[in-house]
Amino acid sequence: MTNAHPRTVPTRRQLLTRIGILAGSGALYQAMTAMGHAQGTDFTAPPVLSGVKPGTRVLVLGAGLAGMLSAYELRKAGYHVQVLEFQNRSGGRNISLRGGDTVTELGGATQKVGFAPGNYINPGPWRIPYHHQGLLHYCREFGVALEPFIELNHNTWLHSSEAFGGRPVRYRELSADFNGFTAELLAKAIDQHRLDDAVSAEEREYLRTAMQEWGRLDAGLSYGKGALSSGMRGYDRAPGGGPDGAPTFSTPFARKDVMRSGLWTWLAFHQRMDMQTTMFQPVGGMDMIGKGFNRQVHDLITLNCKVTAIHQDDRGVRVTYNDMGHGGVVREAQADYCVCTIPLPVLSQLDVQVGAALRAAIMAVPYVSSVKMGLEFRRRFWEEDEQIYGGISFTDQQINQISYPSNGFFSRGPGVLLGGYMFGPAAYDFAGMTPAERLEHALAQGEVLHPKQYRKEFSNGVSFAWSRVPWSLGCCSMWHEQARKTHYKALCAMDNRVVLAGEHASYVGCWQEGAILSALAAITQLHKRAQGVG
Amino acid sequence: MRRFLFTYTLAVLPWLACAAPATADTAGFSSHVQPLSSGEDVYRHVCQSCHMPDARGAVGAGAQFPALAGNPKLQSGAYPVYVILNGFGGMPWFAGVLDDTQIANVVNYVRTHFGNHYTDAVTPADVAAQHPAVIPQEE
Repeated sequence: MTNAHPRTVPTRRQLLTRIGILAGSGALYQAMTAMGHAQGTDFTAPPVLSGVKPGTRVLVLGAGLAGMLSAYELRKAGYHVQVLEFQNRSGGRNISLRGGDTVTELGGATQKVGFAPGNYINPGPWRIPYHHQGLLHYCREFGVALEPFIELNHNTWLHSSEAFGGRPVRYRELSADFNGFTAELLAKAIDQHRLDDAVSAEEREYLRTAMQEWGRLDAGLSYGKGALSSGMRGYDRAPGGGPDGAPTFSTPFARKDVMRSGLWTWLAFHQRMDMQTTMFQPVGGMDMIGKGFNRQVHDLITLNCKVTAIHQDDRGVRVTYNDMGHGGVVREAQADYCVCTIPLPVLSQLDVQVGAALRAAIMAVPYVSSVKMGLEFRRRFWEEDEQIYGGISFTDQQINQISYPSNGFFSRGPGVLLGGYMFGPAAYDFAGMTPAERLEHALAQGEVLHPKQYRKEFSNGVSFAWSRVPWSLGCCSMWHEQARKTHYKALCAMDNRVVLAGEHASYVGCWQEGAILSALAAITQLHKRAQGVG
Repeated sequence: MRRFLFTYTLAVLPWLACAAPATADTAGFSSHVQPLSSGEDVYRHVCQSCHMPDARGAVGAGAQFPALAGNPKLQSGAYPVYVILNGFGGMPWFAGVLDDTQIANVVNYVRTHFGNHYTDAVTPADVAAQHPAVIPQEE
């Protein structure tokens, strides 16, 4: 491209620089936000729903986060709200398991959780990205205390059955060596003029320097044993004090072993925006969020209601349900409008009176299978023996990962870790096992990463197979491109008096933020319809 | 990525290659599983997670996993092949996850067990003929 004409339109960067100089950084931030940067999900503020006609009734089906938030905002706006919930608890998939809890799954298997007081596992959502501003907004509004969730820990293990003799390696070792060898190849290619066609002389100089710094290369642009690499990957003998304090450097792995290990996939895993630091978790268990929401709307919720039919006409919505708290007696609830958050695998089997497009959309979204394992050990051996404080070890075995608790560091006594988190084929396999079989497999696979302690220190464990959960029949929505094109808008659009909400009705699927954003979108539509403008 | 995964798996490669949904709070890519060759293997390691070991299904919150035992919809082998390839309601699709031989084997297994006694077997070619035009890829 020639540059015959002077540029008249400033680049975005130039523009921002000018705004920054002239108006100070506050204006710069505002301008960036307006231009679509420096923000998280599309949450900005709760919708303002004004001018509600007194006495307008809304029936909300499901007391998960989407349902409870809908109820909260609609009541605040002046609607008369009632919530029906199938379970004997609110919170939906926002759930934590503690000692004394019971898990009964489809097929009849029942597990009693044996964790020590204070310990818990989050079988559903367990971490919150910093940019999920909708969820974080309501955590703050409802007084839910948050603490950091340790997603990335350089001292955890990476394991492949087919690399490094099947022995786990430390994340920092693999990371340093992968970066170092990659940087060396690129830096040397530049030096040997192999990239001259693709990269200008000026850029080559920057790139070469960047590779040297990033990869910890020596003056000859090589990555190898020495102070530079050990300062990244760790030492054989760590730096100490006194006369014998000199460190001994560690030897990097062979480049070909690093490359063929495939373990670099876990370096990339933490880099995607969903997993970037800082992540959060509620203090005391994920269900503190559900409890926070419940505090706002508990008086609107009726538990133990098994919805069987949703009918609507010009006058209103009628929902038929079995009151399971009273022998399953059939009851009917009526309202002007309905927000339905029932998980699609259940909703698709109910008698729901909606148009063909919504009907088809409800049928078009299957739910993924997922299994989580919560294992309690007599002591926090991962901290005491291996200096692992939070974070995730990954393996190519079925359990996929072991995640260490992000709270209670250095405490004595039993600790609970996530001893497996599976999707896809491994989840189908584990879900099909008995709870005892799942535990045995989880121990046998986890033992490969922690051979000395895993069996010895194990105390008790619980498994949670989402495809066997009676009220969701799966973990969360599973979209593919064609289904999005054909069905997404229909799934989200209000059908006469009924509108759907839940993570399935969002582009933030399988995250709590999806439930929040879809609920806000749903009640905004409902309000417009009620005002006669939608 | 792709080559690395190839070294691991025989049974469910496309699933592995498409990894986990990019926007979900999920585990990463699915770890490898043992090769599933016989129909019984596929049933035990995949299907029974919902349809249960005895194929009698289960009843949840006003909804169910249908029984395959004594289910008249199995009369035509093409029906279970269609459902497995495309999914149905809450059930995920398995096109691109299980191969044609695995699907034929598991359909034949289910249609000759759990009180079902159908004698006409489905072949991998029959399954191939029913492939959806586009193999769904999870987002």
